[in-house]
Amino acid sequence: MKPEAVYFFGTCVVDLFFPEAGLAGIELLKREGVRVIFPRGQTCCAQPPFNCGHHAEARAVARVQIALFPRDLPVVVPSGSCAGMMRHHYPELFAGEPDEAAAIAFAGRVVELTQFLVNVLGVRLTDRGGPETVTWHSSCHGLREMGLEAEPKGLLAQLGNVRVAPLTRERECCGFGGTFSVRYPDISSAMVADKVADVVQSGASVVLSADAACLLNIGGALEKTGAAARPMHLAEFLWERTRER
Amino acid sequence: MSAETGSADFHASSSKALLDPSLRANFRRAMDGLMAKRAAQFPDPAEWEALRSLAASIRARTLAKLPELLDALETRCAANGIRVHWAETTDDANEIVLGILRARGATRLVKGKSMVSEEMHLNDFLEKNGVESLESDLGEYIIQLDGETPSHIIMPAIHKSRQQIARLFGEKIRGAEYTEDVDALTATARRVLRRKFFEAEAGVSGVNIAVAETGTLVLVENEGNGRMSTHVPPVHIALMGIEKVVEKLEDVAPILTVLTRSATGQPVSTYLNLISGPRGPGEKDGPGEVHLVILDNGRSRIFADQEVAATLRCIRCGACMNYCPVYTRVGGHAYEAVYPGPIGSILTPQTEGLAKRHDLPHASSLCHACVEVCPVKIPITQILVTLRKESAHASPEFLVKGAGGGRDRLEDLAWWGWRMAHVSPLLYKAMSLGLRVFGPLLKGGAGPLKAWTQARTMPRRAPRTLHDLASEKGLPDA
Repeated sequence: MKPEAVYFFGTCVVDLFFPEAGLAGIELLKREGVRVIFPRGQTCCAQPPFNCGHHAEARAVARVQIALFPRDLPVVVPSGSCAGMMRHHYPELFAGEPDEAAAIAFAGRVVELTQFLVNVLGVRLTDRGGPETVTWHSSCHGLREMGLEAEPKGLLAQLGNVRVAPLTRERECCGFGGTFSVRYPDISSAMVADKVADVVQSGASVVLSADAACLLNIGGALEKTGAAARPMHLAEFLWERTRER
Repeated sequence: MSAETGSADFHASSSKALLDPSLRANFRRAMDGLMAKRAAQFPDPAEWEALRSLAASIRARTLAKLPELLDALETRCAANGIRVHWAETTDDANEIVLGILRARGATRLVKGKSMVSEEMHLNDFLEKNGVESLESDLGEYIIQLDGETPSHIIMPAIHKSRQQIARLFGEKIRGAEYTEDVDALTATARRVLRRKFFEAEAGVSGVNIAVAETGTLVLVENEGNGRMSTHVPPVHIALMGIEKVVEKLEDVAPILTVLTRSATGQPVSTYLNLISGPRGPGEKDGPGEVHLVILDNGRSRIFADQEVAATLRCIRCGACMNYCPVYTRVGGHAYEAVYPGPIGSILTPQTEGLAKRHDLPHASSLCHACVEVCPVKIPITQILVTLRKESAHASPEFLVKGAGGGRDRLEDLAWWGWRMAHVSPLLYKAMSLGLRVFGPLLKGGAGPLKAWTQARTMPRRAPRTLHDLASEKGLPDA
């Protein structure tokens, strides 16, 4: 059932590096007649310290976020990874804490953006863009923690003028992995180099993902190697191709 | 092995491995093949989920009553005529094996594949004590010839190309001509090994599953060498870790179903050996004595720690390494441990201690590919994160060996700063502004920035953040 309003949790990477993707996500929701609330105090889902084993720090930051989203409304997140953190790892992070129940209740309201667009809102898209070839990187946490696959692909399939050229290794990690990329830079670099080569061989002009962190990694490597393909968040791509001008 | 001297470091060894393009190509090709074969065995996601749920529940049930099942196994084995020996450490296990051999004056041994024997470094130990210990699994035979350790738990010589094996055989085996023909190479190994099976005074094997209810040792293999090693010599010594037991005979089939499919993409292995005791009166073949050495080597400690105990569910199929994007790029030797890949990255730090191996829990991008294919549902990434946590902090609640051993004060400080910048919207805004103003001045000269810019450009903070855009658009704040 369509809620009258939703919360939007933008994520820190979108906030700082891909704000248009966040705004596009908000516009896609508003176009369906949903009121979007953006709590200004929001910062980060706290996945970086959580994954590194610094759970006290992660909890402190997560606690602040949870308090900003008090009403019983869906919390829509334009990132499979951050959504996975909040939905699946908050209960684990708060196990045995006095606010465990609040964390579990909050986690239950977290929804990834494309899953919300498809499964809750049932959006129908009209492609207004010219012919374009894109490729899809299925970000690991979106794919394996949130089961994100049919929804983004289904949305792309609604765009009549867009051809999706698949990657040879669509499901393989791009090598970001948060601090993994700086703890093991050589392995991470080898992984992203393979991903870039895969994007280039696909012939796509745009590499899409529903996770800005992967795009920061793949995009930075595309730019470093001078490849022509550019990174774009799926939300931004969908909005830009379907908005009425 | 350097892991024992405390100098093992995945950072250095993985970086070195990445410089070898042929190694990387060998692994990529081999892992692609193994993934394709496995995937073909599980075409139906619903069936896969049902099979792995069953196997996982059997392993979980086993571990829930491990002490009593081990007692039952000992009792049943003894009744079957199998002599059971308990070894707390690998040194104990080595001494037990040597004791059995010495008592019979045995100096020639053939071995089937056994990862527990790799944990024991049994070959080295026996050779120092005047016993010839010959690997009879083809892959193990190849790496033994070259003085190497396995680079994969199922395919120990997977890092070698056909050409490398051809050269090795030409150099090391008397009478062998250089040939790249796989059948000819196999025939050469077979010729050498055949003779050794009949000369051997004892055979050693691993154990895939031990059944408590019946005292049966289950061994799967594809070359027949396992059957020869356990069957032809007069003494058979089987080696197993304490976790390899299951409760009932009916628990075996569901585990084998996922084991062989996950490991090599085979619905069944070529050989399935069910060993239930020595040669009986009137029987024509089989060893006169069967010994079972049950090794702990840190497993009891894992068993007792609920946070990480699922590690012991492992049935050693190797699928996690086949699917691991890190393992695929650096190969097994870079881990400088007996068990490489994701399972090794959770097991090794627990047995060797986090003080020595806090490098391994971080040797993962947490992509979850291993979790997705694990046939017994070990939450590998969750355990990796737990080990990272116990490595970074000392606490009486943390039970993993060497907890706190990876603590880094500078990193603690960095996370404290990170926390400050993210609990306060004001400080977050200040950091965001700082990135905008000072970000472009950063040239990526040192530390994490240098690491990042090795393969990527420096990220640039957007001129207006989503917070800015949300305010411009007048989005409600609450």
